[in-house]
Amino acid sequence: MENWSLVSICVLFGLTARWAVSLNSYSGAGKPPMFGDYEAQRHWQEVTYNLPVHEWYFNTTDNNLNYWGLDYPPLTAYHSLLCAHVAKLINPDWVELHASRGHESYGHKLFMRATVLVADLLIYIPAVVLYSFYLSEGSNKKKVCTVLCILLYPGLILIDYGHFQYNSISLGLALWGVVVLGLGWDVLGSLAFVLSLNYKQMELYHSLPFFCYLLGKCFKQGLAGRGLFLLVKIAVTVLVTFALCWLPFLSDPGQILQVVHRLFPVGRGLFEDKVANTWCSLNVLIKIKTILSTDTQLYFSLTTTLLAILPSSIKLLMKPTLWQFKLALVNSSLAFFLFSFQVHEKSILLPALPVCLLLNDLPLPAIWFLQASTFSMLPLFLKDGLLVPYVVTSLAFLFFSIYLLSAFEHCSEDKLRLGPYRRLLICMPRMDLGRVTKWKFYFSITAMAGLSFMSVALAPPDQLPDLFPLLVSVFSYLHFLGLLLYFNIVQIAEPLQSVRKNQKKSN
Amino acid sequence: LASVSLITALAVHCVVLLTMTVFSGYFSHSTDFEVHRNWLAITHSLPVSKWYHENTSEWTLDYPPLFAWFEYSLSHVAQHFDKEMLVVQNLIYTSPATILFQRLSVIVTDIVFIYAVKECCRSVREEKGSKDLLGHPFFILAALLLWNFGLLIVDHIHFQYNGFLFGILLLSVARHLQGRHLEGALLFTVLLNLKHIYLYIAPAYGIFLLRSYCFTKDNTDGSVRWSSFSPVRLVALGSIVISVGALSFGPFIAMGQLPQVLSRLFPFKRGLCHAYWAPNVWALYNMVDKALSVLGVRLKLLDVAKLPKASMTGGLVQEFQHSILPSVSPSITLICTLLSIMPAVLSIWCRPRGARGFLRCLVVCALGSFMFGWHVHEKAILMAILPFSILAVESREDAGIFLMLTTTGHYSLFPLLFTAAELPIKVLLMLLFTLYSFTSLKKLFRGSLLNPLETTYLLGLVAVEILCEVVYPLSPWQHTLPFVPLLVTSVYCSLGVSYSFIRLYVSLLRQHGTDKHKQL
Repeated sequence: MENWSLVSICVLFGLTARWAVSLNSYSGAGKPPMFGDYEAQRHWQEVTYNLPVHEWYFNTTDNNLNYWGLDYPPLTAYHSLLCAHVAKLINPDWVELHASRGHESYGHKLFMRATVLVADLLIYIPAVVLYSFYLSEGSNKKKVCTVLCILLYPGLILIDYGHFQYNSISLGLALWGVVVLGLGWDVLGSLAFVLSLNYKQMELYHSLPFFCYLLGKCFKQGLAGRGLFLLVKIAVTVLVTFALCWLPFLSDPGQILQVVHRLFPVGRGLFEDKVANTWCSLNVLIKIKTILSTDTQLYFSLTTTLLAILPSSIKLLMKPTLWQFKLALVNSSLAFFLFSFQVHEKSILLPALPVCLLLNDLPLPAIWFLQASTFSMLPLFLKDGLLVPYVVTSLAFLFFSIYLLSAFEHCSEDKLRLGPYRRLLICMPRMDLGRVTKWKFYFSITAMAGLSFMSVALAPPDQLPDLFPLLVSVFSYLHFLGLLLYFNIVQIAEPLQSVRKNQKKSN
Repeated sequence: LASVSLITALAVHCVVLLTMTVFSGYFSHSTDFEVHRNWLAITHSLPVSKWYHENTSEWTLDYPPLFAWFEYSLSHVAQHFDKEMLVVQNLIYTSPATILFQRLSVIVTDIVFIYAVKECCRSVREEKGSKDLLGHPFFILAALLLWNFGLLIVDHIHFQYNGFLFGILLLSVARHLQGRHLEGALLFTVLLNLKHIYLYIAPAYGIFLLRSYCFTKDNTDGSVRWSSFSPVRLVALGSIVISVGALSFGPFIAMGQLPQVLSRLFPFKRGLCHAYWAPNVWALYNMVDKALSVLGVRLKLLDVAKLPKASMTGGLVQEFQHSILPSVSPSITLICTLLSIMPAVLSIWCRPRGARGFLRCLVVCALGSFMFGWHVHEKAILMAILPFSILAVESREDAGIFLMLTTTGHYSLFPLLFTAAELPIKVLLMLLFTLYSFTSLKKLFRGSLLNPLETTYLLGLVAVEILCEVVYPLSPWQHTLPFVPLLVTSVYCSLGVSYSFIRLYVSLLRQHGTDKHKQL
């Protein structure tokens, strides 16, 4: 069969899965007075449609910031405005100022779900297809399989179509950045990434690799000549794009400060709820939140984050190739997730995107990470009533990815790039590390299944009401930490000289 | 290698099914959902003697006894999910546990279908040389059957046990293809006693078994050699049919309830067409009648007052009264059906072409009864589409007809899912299946399978869909003439189905002709 038809079938399959999930419940459905993310998005449509731009981020009589105040950058606000115009055409009640608060109806749910699907179809899915066809290696069939597996990643589907958010826009724009950079158009790539950064500030997790990759490229071309010209071009593009996005707010410094203040709410503490990062897991042993002051926490987390991303960034700066870039994206965003301040459980989607790009190269670790990331959001899914879609999409993803990418056949020590471990741990007994990895994978998947089952079926003991969410997040944290080390080692261990060419030849 | 890819297809099917089924718990619950729940309750809580007398719910038991026993056995599992669903008085009872049980029961019984598909794929003729797994005829057949759009939505979204029933049918066909005729006959008899709609294809079975099994030899020109008749084989067949029938209907005959059971099985009180006209000859007939009456009123040849009132809201009421053309009675539809399948049946009597000739005849019977039958449901088109898939992967001409038939037939199922939330699902699934069937068959036979006219007709379906489900609901006529989209759909689809029927017939008779020619 021709490629286009296979790809279309994969895309249609992905869309079917997405729409099937979207028939389920969303966050905060029927839970007044605050509802959930669904109501937040609807509320932003209401606010942006009815209020002038300079009131969007300010607490006014018509805009109560304590009730889902806008806390994303301007592109999100513009997107809400666009959706609001469409909503107004269909049913004016949906965006009526004040009166529409907490509006829930069958028609409105369909409309909101459709907006996610349209955004996904326009931004994320084309980027995935382009990436797989132009930037991943292997036969055409393999590329098609990659498309299908990336599109079936359960975490993104469940958060966007179940819980309700527009991650496919910010992640999609970042992916466009990667694709365009990979094709060699540096200016366009930086444009796409700045757009994604202006859609969600969390994209900062990806910003350092983008910066280092472009800077490294400039260095390579020689900062005295063409490199400088490239650097200026990129800098101008970034500044102009930023300026255009922030245009309505530039007139008044107070506006800019207020928006920035809304985007980075420092006062909200080191972490909220149960999230699978270092601070929350450490909190089991040491009560950091009570021991350290907020400022100390902030500096402490900033330092550890910087330390964690430093090695991969320096390496990327010295060797700006696409392969290094992808690994650095994983390492940087995962380090941010594990160590930075005020992390949400949903932010695991940011490392998950670059890990999706590694599905073709390192199938088993990538699948492992992606499944663990989905699992880490289990408490959220249970709260939203998404148990059944969680189970079904996870099973489908595991089956398709393991089978289509032949994950178990590609897990020799060599393929998994486990060589450095031998050198690091000389005293280790002789054993097949590939097989050990495979067994660890089996064990971990079984444990995830068991923990999922326990979270659903068993009642926690009275003294420990949060036992299962905590177990889930600590268990996922261990995975993330291990995989952060692994991906760092893979990245750092790659020799600076181009050995990859030799590898290709030997393959 | 072959088995590996087959396993893939099966596994994919399981995942798809699981997905569909579990999600479909959130879809609207169709009447068939309540029908089967009611049958569970009847068979579980009432003695056998009351099964066919019970009428608390309007959805009385109207399947043959073996299916009632099937429901009876399911009900023993059901009681562990939710006992309330087994109470006859609990009408329209849809607790989450009930939905889960019902949906899971469809998935689990689908195992029969999966096994049957595996057996069918084994009996497909393989071409040599094709290395590509996806290009193998058996893989394509597995995909066409397992991912069949119609079966998927009718069973797993709308709710019925067709996967289980078609599994038995396909298994029986596969047994005939493998030359295990007695097993095939046994399976078909069981099937008939599960759902009597398969009576429509019984002529193909009867004639084929009589001609090709009971007569062991042909003359050199292919005609029947009367001296080769084997009474032993006839007795064997007869005893299979009679013993299964006795097992199923025996108890009711003993209780003297046979007339009551039969009156439940064959309710001729219903109208010529279902509420939504299945795309067959009668849909065209109704349409012509309606057009003539409108024309007559316009030209002042007819008096509006004298016209039957119901005809103006046709499509919504069960009884459609013809205003110009003569009304059609059940016996007329029966005669038309018999006439339509007669040539095919005669053809396999005179020149049996093995199990494949039988399969073609079976498809013609299914399609003929769909075209001319009384009170046909749109779902009945699956009875032709599923067995036809086997022929479609073996011959180029059949592949072309198959594409026409499946695409129109599947599109005609769209009104089954009518809520706005289900619209994307049905469109996506339909596109998925249609795209797959077109590209895979095109690749298999290396070239285009449809002529420009057929392509145009099929593209017209897209226009019909947009018109009926997007444009029309926004127009002012939606409130005054709400039935127009259904009417347009069934009339447009009936053109395609009729065309496929005619082409199928032509192919059958042409084969008949060439066979004769060869022998001369």
